[in-house]
Amino acid sequence: MADAKVIPFGEEPRARRKARRAGHGGRGTALAPVPEARTDPEPPPAPRPTGGRTLDERIAGGLAFLRRRITGDYEVDDFGYDEELTDQVLMSLLRPLYDKYFRVEVKGMENIPAEGGALIVANHSGTLPLDGLMLQVAVHDNHPAQRHLRLLAADLVFVLPVMNELARKAGHTLACAEDAQRLLERGEIVGVMPEGFKGIGKPFADRYKLQRFGRGGFVSTALKAGVPIVPCSIVGAEEIYPMIGNAKTLARVLGLPYFPITPTFPWLGPLGAVPLPTKWTIQFGEPIATDGYPAEAADDPMLMFNLTDQVRETIQHTLYKLLVQRRSVFF
Amino acid sequence: MGNVVLVTGAARQLGGRFVRRIQRDPDVDRVIGVDAVAPEHHLGGAEFLKADIRHPAIARVLAETGVDTVVHMDINGTPLGSRGGRASVKETNVIGTMQLLGACQKAPHVQRVVIKSSTSVYGSAPRDPAVFTENTPPKSLPSGGFAKDTVEVEGYVRGFARRRPDVAVCVLRFANILGPCADSPLAEYFSLPVLPTVLGYDPRLQFVHEDDAIDVLRIAAAAPRRGTLNSGTFNIAGDGVLLLSQVSRRLGRPTLPLFLPTVTWAGTAVRSLGITDFSPEQIRMLTHGRVVETTQMRETLGFHPSYTTAETFEEFARSRGPGLLPPASLARTVDRLAGVLSARRGASQ
Repeated sequence: MADAKVIPFGEEPRARRKARRAGHGGRGTALAPVPEARTDPEPPPAPRPTGGRTLDERIAGGLAFLRRRITGDYEVDDFGYDEELTDQVLMSLLRPLYDKYFRVEVKGMENIPAEGGALIVANHSGTLPLDGLMLQVAVHDNHPAQRHLRLLAADLVFVLPVMNELARKAGHTLACAEDAQRLLERGEIVGVMPEGFKGIGKPFADRYKLQRFGRGGFVSTALKAGVPIVPCSIVGAEEIYPMIGNAKTLARVLGLPYFPITPTFPWLGPLGAVPLPTKWTIQFGEPIATDGYPAEAADDPMLMFNLTDQVRETIQHTLYKLLVQRRSVFF
Repeated sequence: MGNVVLVTGAARQLGGRFVRRIQRDPDVDRVIGVDAVAPEHHLGGAEFLKADIRHPAIARVLAETGVDTVVHMDINGTPLGSRGGRASVKETNVIGTMQLLGACQKAPHVQRVVIKSSTSVYGSAPRDPAVFTENTPPKSLPSGGFAKDTVEVEGYVRGFARRRPDVAVCVLRFANILGPCADSPLAEYFSLPVLPTVLGYDPRLQFVHEDDAIDVLRIAAAAPRRGTLNSGTFNIAGDGVLLLSQVSRRLGRPTLPLFLPTVTWAGTAVRSLGITDFSPEQIRMLTHGRVVETTQMRETLGFHPSYTTAETFEEFARSRGPGLLPPASLARTVDRLAGVLSARRGASQ
């Protein structure tokens, strides 16, 4: 596995890369599933001309939605999760990014249970937490039961205006044991990225090297709730904003955990905030059952460390495997 | 048991309603309302004693009347009427509670003390868990205002409970109490024609209906029913959550989102002019919101509120009259639009 190196882009000329890809064509297809193989859960709605009916229905649906929204006649849960808004608006806004831009390929969806709680533990990368959002769309659009992922987010998200509002409405909540346990006990699928800022704000040179998994609090939470842990590896997010530097002083002044410097970011202004169109793969691994442990196991630090390591190793190995299969960063 | 009940804060709407309600309870022989000023409403035949709980005279009242249940409701965020500012409110809340509890400690026949506290003891901060339970330690203690008062009051109550373990002490932490005649700062805020909000935040709010507040106070002031326990600390809130945006739409009042520094500044300006009591902790609550867990209330206290948060608010909105953008007429507009559109499409085919 040690030779599983990332292919740095921009190193070899395009022509050579193309030639190499052509030569490796057979091997590549043998290893990696065809990208187009992802089945759409829902066929795209029928185009308008054939039946004015569908359009009428859509207009009626849209107006009913508008009516509910402007009269405030909708429900949110204790965490401020607005399911209707998430399904109809927020997800639709993210879907072009998911389908067309990052062309996310999802594997191992069968590892997410059809019902009941589960804790999805994923690697974190990409300078901006787009990986979390893509993971949320991936789970919702590919799971047969269209389950909603409830992400645990850093406290910074809830300090910042607008982010706070959007995150709460999209079903995210603060990454703390209380909230996570409450969600898991309600039978929700909870997503957590235990690397936190260490993972998302790591330099480009350290890409796909998993950082320390916090203190492993997520394992004891899963154990207490008795839900399986589903390891998840996300490939492609590391390269969206290659962070080549970190303006630490500026970050401290702004109260941010890091201030990224990418080949484009501060230099091109807002244009630098456009992520690179990398090709993503999200792989869910085999769930690790936690219901076989006695009640006091959650207080056993050794067991916690072992389980944390097991989850971490699984994700790291899957990352390496996916990297070997990957033909290029962008395709 | 529960024969002689002393109710502080009887001159307020909620206190008055509570006095009138328990006056009708068959178990209660005598109800004594206490406040620093005479109430404007009638107390349904209950006795009223004009006494200031900030003064040691309250001890004499307790001793002479042989009170066995004390319901302390004189913990408020706003002054009663127009008199007195924040200083006198704080004094009534904190010094008043100290005096009252001191008097209770000296009165051997007191068996039950009920404190009307508030969920503002939890504060509101972005780093807090989304839902507070009774034993969640707040990440940032309230720095001032009513919230700090409640924290201090609860501290004294805990001290009292330690010194008099024979007394059943019940602390009820109420979420925002709303009702047709509620006179809380939040009710005042919802009466503004345009609601100033904090840009980029949509706080989660919980409400308790006045009727439910009265009912739960009665449960706490009486002997515990079978299988329940009514001493300890309980969060009291209606089921469910409303966002401020939902609230404004249901009220039909447009919002005016402002940057947080602007809101804080405007709040200070308005406060110094004495127009409304828009305190910093109120602003924090309207920024980050607050939701509490009510499992203890249901399972231990055995109280099931009859109004959810949404129903409480609906009732409140009805009592306030329509705002600038009444939801009913907005809905009508959309329906009319739908009608026009479908007619157009029908005609074009």
